[in-house]
Amino acid sequence: MTVLSSPARADAPAEAPRQHRARRPRRRRTGSHLFLAFLVLYFVLPLWFLIVASTKSPGGLFNSPNGALWFGEDFALFDNLSTLFTYNDGIYLRWLGNSLLYAFGGGIGATVLAVLAGYAFAKFDFPGRRLSFALLLGAVMVPMTALVIPTFVMLSEVELTNTAWAVILPSMLSPFGVYLMRVYTADGVPDELLDAARMDGAGEFRTFFQVALPLMRPAIVTVLLLSVVGTWNNYFLPLAVLSDSELFPITVGINLWQGLAGANNGGGVSLYTLIVVGSLVSIIPLIAAFLGLQRYWQGGLSIGSLK
Amino acid sequence: MATLDTAPRPVSPAAGATVAPGRRGARRRKRRGNGMVGWLFLAPFAVVFLLFLVGPLLYAFYLSLFTNGLATGEEFAGLANYSRAFTDPAFLSGVWFVVRFAVVVIPVQMLVSLAAALVLDSLTSRFATFSRLMIFIPYAIPAVIGAVLWGFLYSPNFGPLEQLFGEGAPFLLSPDNLFYGLTNVVTWQWAGYYMIIIYAALQGIDPAVYEAARMDGAKAWQIALRIKIPMISSALVLILVFAVIGTLQFFTEPQVLLPISNGSITTDITPNVYAFNLAFRFAQFNYASAISFALGIVVFIGVYVFLFLTRKRGGFLK
Repeated sequence: MTVLSSPARADAPAEAPRQHRARRPRRRRTGSHLFLAFLVLYFVLPLWFLIVASTKSPGGLFNSPNGALWFGEDFALFDNLSTLFTYNDGIYLRWLGNSLLYAFGGGIGATVLAVLAGYAFAKFDFPGRRLSFALLLGAVMVPMTALVIPTFVMLSEVELTNTAWAVILPSMLSPFGVYLMRVYTADGVPDELLDAARMDGAGEFRTFFQVALPLMRPAIVTVLLLSVVGTWNNYFLPLAVLSDSELFPITVGINLWQGLAGANNGGGVSLYTLIVVGSLVSIIPLIAAFLGLQRYWQGGLSIGSLK
Repeated sequence: MATLDTAPRPVSPAAGATVAPGRRGARRRKRRGNGMVGWLFLAPFAVVFLLFLVGPLLYAFYLSLFTNGLATGEEFAGLANYSRAFTDPAFLSGVWFVVRFAVVVIPVQMLVSLAAALVLDSLTSRFATFSRLMIFIPYAIPAVIGAVLWGFLYSPNFGPLEQLFGEGAPFLLSPDNLFYGLTNVVTWQWAGYYMIIIYAALQGIDPAVYEAARMDGAKAWQIALRIKIPMISSALVLILVFAVIGTLQFFTEPQVLLPISNGSITTDITPNVYAFNLAFRFAQFNYASAISFALGIVVFIGVYVFLFLTRKRGGFLK
């Protein structure tokens, strides 16, 4: 019984009771829909503001005839975009590139480690297995931000601060990813299949690559997505270990602009406009990834909780 | 799959005879007995684990045992940094703030996400699918950007509040309203993620259970309260644990909103913000390490005790 298949499973057999529900009074469903509509308005409000504000000229941002939540008279989105991409020799594009590098470097690294370790915990008996797993569960409960300051001091002693490695290497640590992989692999990869492959003379690594790995794919996509997003969104770690603004990821960069904007330090350019447009551009890739990979993560997020 | 499950295990009679009957149950778990291969698979993660988790924790503890004064240089101080921390009003007020904040924001988040998931689970319309994604979207937005956006919305210069309420519009980052302003940002950021976890757990319940309850005359709200919520209790425990860990290490939102709060967010508002400022503004790495380590240990013990108490419901510590 694989937990990951739950959403797909729910689609088919759920039909029967749904029809049953349709016969119930309409009033209740109207109430439910109104409740949902209210929630959607609340959760989308900041995004809506962001989209509207991105189309306004720097002056219109402060003084919009139609208010903060509706479009102004001018449509300056493209001007704003070109300012964004050219400001300060295109520093924004550098930040975007850095974010991609850190997120995929850290995310792919974390996933590879989690897949290997999860497989080891689920399918092998080795000395120290129980102790290591207890340590792993303990690690899930350690607040990662408590590690940032000592990590910074450690990295500075080997002169790795202010390099891409200072963000990527610590981001490869994902105890929860290992936990998810173990839970999924324990049931999702049948022992009998592995034994059969071994009986046919496949070595341990061939068994892993050709038999186990393809079966682990749904969990791999979930762990990859979660760790890429986690690194992309990370703020404390890069803020602490990077000091050269050329190396900043987008989160720290936007935060830098926000600090400068408060001090009116844009050098003739409205930093508020850049912050707004820059925020909009930076969230598009992740939203697109989530919408595109729905099938995987919606089920994957429940792996840990259904056991 | 079924054929594989029932396939007889290909063991020679001789080998089978040496296996005691009691060992057969253990076979499912313990496959490869000689087992160094397991370590090969585990090794890469173990290295990163030692370098970037165990290492920093031990190192934080080590650093926290010293003081570093300009005149005195580095000096062994024993637990002096800890006794300083637990009498430091800045640290204590930060701890008190995150505890109060957790007590308010976690129930709010859980209620919003549970209510949204229960409603979504009872609907199949296209609007429900659309709503599910829209409610989840804030999770895909970095906390920094989320905080910046709400900062704009709260701001008297940019935001809509002044247009709605006129001159008397509340400034949600003023000292009196700060607590609610931050509660709102954090709820907005995380409720959708929790909603998706709860929703996935609800979708995993066999609908036949509801059918049976309905036959017995149960109403929809009774099914939600008596069947759905108890059946997803392990998902709720998991979320609670995430929320507690996340809230106690509260950092990003106050740090990002600090410059625009007109001073109502201080550099010691939470233990993490305090530790960051001690380290990177005042170069007090030893004291900052003590605070980080104390925070880590307190959260760890708190969560461990909580999981231990709820171990019958959660699947985490079994």
